[in-house]
Amino acid sequence: MSSHDSSNPLPTEPSGLGAIGSRARFGHENYINANYGIMSWLLTKDHKRIGLLYLASITVFFILGGIYALTIRLELLTPAGDVVQPMTYNKLFTQHGIIMIFFFLIPSIPAVLGNFLVPLMIGAKDLAFPKLNLLSWYLYLAGALFTIWALLNGGIDTGWTFYTPYSTTFSNSYVVAAGLGIFINGFSSILTGLNFIVTIHTMRAPGMTWFRLPLFIWSHYATSLIMVLGTPVIAITILLVALERIVHIGIFDPRLGGDPVLFQHFFWFYSHPAVYIMILPSMGVVSELISTHSRKNIFGYSFVAFSSLAIAVFGFLVWGHHLFTSSQSVYAGMIFSFVSFAVAIPSAVKVFNWTATLYKGSITYDTPMLYALGFIGLFTLGGLTGLFLAALGLDVHLTDSYFIVAHFHYIMVGGALMGYLGGLHNWWPKITGRMYPEGWGRFGALVIFVGFNLTFFPQFLLGYLGMPRRYHAYAEEFQVLNVMSTAGASILGVGLLIPGIYFIWSMRYGKFAPANPWAATGLEWRTMSPPPTENFVRTPIVTWEAYEYRPMEEMEVIGPDKRDTAQPAHGEASTT
Amino acid sequence: MQLPRLPFTPEQASTVSGEVDALYTYLVAITLFFSVLVTALIFYFAVKYRRRDENELPQPIAGSVKLETMWTVIPFLISMTIFVWGASLYFSLYRMPKDAIEIYVVGKQWMWKFQHTEGQREINELHVPVGAKVKLTMTTEDVIHSFAVPAFRIRTDVVPGRYTYAWFEATKTGRYHLFCTEFCGTNHSGMTGWVEVMEPTAYQAWLAGGGSDSPAAQGEKLFQSLGCATCHRADTQGRGPVLTGVFGKMQRIQGVGDVTADESYIRESITNPAAKVVEGFQPIMSSYQGQVSEEQLLQLIAYIRSLGAPAQEGTTMTNAGAGQQEPSTTTGINPDAQRSNPLGPTSPNQIQGNTSTPGGLSPQGRRSGQTGGGTSQTGAGSNQPRGGGNSNNR
Repeated sequence: MSSHDSSNPLPTEPSGLGAIGSRARFGHENYINANYGIMSWLLTKDHKRIGLLYLASITVFFILGGIYALTIRLELLTPAGDVVQPMTYNKLFTQHGIIMIFFFLIPSIPAVLGNFLVPLMIGAKDLAFPKLNLLSWYLYLAGALFTIWALLNGGIDTGWTFYTPYSTTFSNSYVVAAGLGIFINGFSSILTGLNFIVTIHTMRAPGMTWFRLPLFIWSHYATSLIMVLGTPVIAITILLVALERIVHIGIFDPRLGGDPVLFQHFFWFYSHPAVYIMILPSMGVVSELISTHSRKNIFGYSFVAFSSLAIAVFGFLVWGHHLFTSSQSVYAGMIFSFVSFAVAIPSAVKVFNWTATLYKGSITYDTPMLYALGFIGLFTLGGLTGLFLAALGLDVHLTDSYFIVAHFHYIMVGGALMGYLGGLHNWWPKITGRMYPEGWGRFGALVIFVGFNLTFFPQFLLGYLGMPRRYHAYAEEFQVLNVMSTAGASILGVGLLIPGIYFIWSMRYGKFAPANPWAATGLEWRTMSPPPTENFVRTPIVTWEAYEYRPMEEMEVIGPDKRDTAQPAHGEASTT
Repeated sequence: MQLPRLPFTPEQASTVSGEVDALYTYLVAITLFFSVLVTALIFYFAVKYRRRDENELPQPIAGSVKLETMWTVIPFLISMTIFVWGASLYFSLYRMPKDAIEIYVVGKQWMWKFQHTEGQREINELHVPVGAKVKLTMTTEDVIHSFAVPAFRIRTDVVPGRYTYAWFEATKTGRYHLFCTEFCGTNHSGMTGWVEVMEPTAYQAWLAGGGSDSPAAQGEKLFQSLGCATCHRADTQGRGPVLTGVFGKMQRIQGVGDVTADESYIRESITNPAAKVVEGFQPIMSSYQGQVSEEQLLQLIAYIRSLGAPAQEGTTMTNAGAGQQEPSTTTGINPDAQRSNPLGPTSPNQIQGNTSTPGGLSPQGRRSGQTGGGTSQTGAGSNQPRGGGNSNNR
């Protein structure tokens, strides 16, 4: 009870040797300093190290996708197509989409934060299948390399949606290579999902019942179901596209008796649930952040938990809302529209519960909380504009316009990316054992929020005015709003550099993090920062409910050799 | 319902524009209400319940089934109002009117080609009268395109291998953007055009200003030149079904049941005859896939439709008068208006492969076929749907 310093690092240690996580520095052996050398990372079976491998690789792709995005916005500054050639422009938005969706957003939270946190949160030593976990990263890498190869050889111009028969018969770009990259990458997704499902079922610590699980785990469970059930469909679809291109089997080609719209059914059967692969983990993160930074248990825990499962299940039944104008039967359209409205309800329930959680809380304005609150606002707007698109008669005017571009960026950037950044800040002390600079953190969050809205809000208006998406050149009356959007994109780009810089800075110069800087309740905060390789020195026994906040003295930290208490790090951590 | 028009909405130029905008306004109101509500609550709570003391420990609140029920049921009911409204609007957008002017649309990389029932052709320009319903029957020669006119609030994908439909009734004269909104390749953003809505009198004058044979008449010539008439004879002695009066009627198909002989069915029966064979006939017809262009297919359908169809169809009459004027160049319509007598039995030698003369790129191309020559069969036969576009310009 008394010596709560011993689990904490020694901030007075002179910093000379550089590398993060040296044993002397942290005062305890942890997963970072357990062993050294490149092979100790490349062949690691530690879920935490694999999480960091993912972090490094998806960051590379995020930067690449971001460069594409900025080039696109630069082109759209003026109505004429004057920066790049039309073909180049088509490749830019295609590659922006493929990279951001398949190689950044889908793996982002599950493969980085999920990998790192799922075992920690449930009190396990690792995931159920550590070798499969490492394999999943290599599959990701192999898929990524295939795709990079396709990009370097000339790229792909079909749009990330690969609509047939353009992709099968008419495009002269590297469809098969890029498709194979996505195909291989899909297995990485499947393995991660499988690993999470088995881990959550079988490896919970004693006393960690299903309804004591953090909501982060519930949302990852729901996500994993989609990954395992949905990804094989896109894999087979891509394979069919490749076969159609190479040997003309005639599944999609009308001249061979095929049906090009069939592809759209196959594609969206996965790709709509894939949207939930991107947003559900983010919802899990936000549940944690809202609770932690208001010290309140989540209002209506079981409703939030089951709404994740409801979203995962309903999410498989709405694919046809992408086909309202694709010559699908009007009656099919009605059913898909109805189910799409139904899937909006669990999302609304979550938003109301998060908001209600704040009621009579103890709210801080730490960076993770700013991202979480920003998420709620942006996700609300993104979700509500989804209703516009689910409304059949209105979708006819809006689909394939900039309205839809704005809508899904509000969900994927405003939702998924904000959740990812918020989560990265929240668990950064646990991952690296260092605090990020709080003042810069808040400033960066603000810049990103402003830049994001300036980029994408004008696109709603552009869409209703009728500007089609994927246009290299556009009519002059759309220019003013496009200039605003491009200005916003540059602010957003600068904003995203800020956390990038201070995260790297903090790995060396950041303050040492205590075990539980936010006085949070999750099991991951009851071990040291950074955690030891086996996560907990001894197996935790859970005797409390989820989000049961208690005075700090009662929050046991499982230290290296003795029981210890964490210290509320606010005074120490939040200075700038 | 008449609501004030919101800023940032395009011009309302069709009968449905106002209805779509009304639903949009309703949704904007709902969005404003809920986002302001949530944002205001967040700000209010964040300020009121900010952490004042490091050791603050708020009382836990488990939740409330009453509240959960409320914010499940109310959003559901609201969403159902949107659903019903949206669905009924969707039906009116996609239920095709019976009494409409019909125009055939063929999309190809990267242009829109139109043919009016009277025979006029145009590219990337569509002339229509104000205050009249217009029905578009659409297909494409290559990839999927999407026909969208924001001022009319309509959009329909144009899909290879089948027909899709759109309709509108313009309420205001003027020029309105026409966009392709399904990504279709390199010059996707160049596949745009204008819909020119004219006063009915001006439209009539424009129609009279030139054009070629009506699609039905051209279809009839094709029907002869392709040798269809050998089997599909007007009497019942042919090896294929009699086509008179078939259009729009139920046909009994071997192994399938009853199928309506609509545009898609007839198209399929030409490109893939074995797919649905009428009972009592042998699957002996060979496929004309690749031998007839999409525009020729539409002309054949127009011809079959004109057989035994009610007189108001009128397609065979409209262009019977000879000696029409050269059209104005700006409208881009077919300058070949000299042909007459589209109804008369025409010897195959007189009809060219390019009776189809789809609004090709060059006026020369369009004109060339009409001048005579005896290459009808080969001309038609050489048409490959891929790549070329219009049948005689290849």
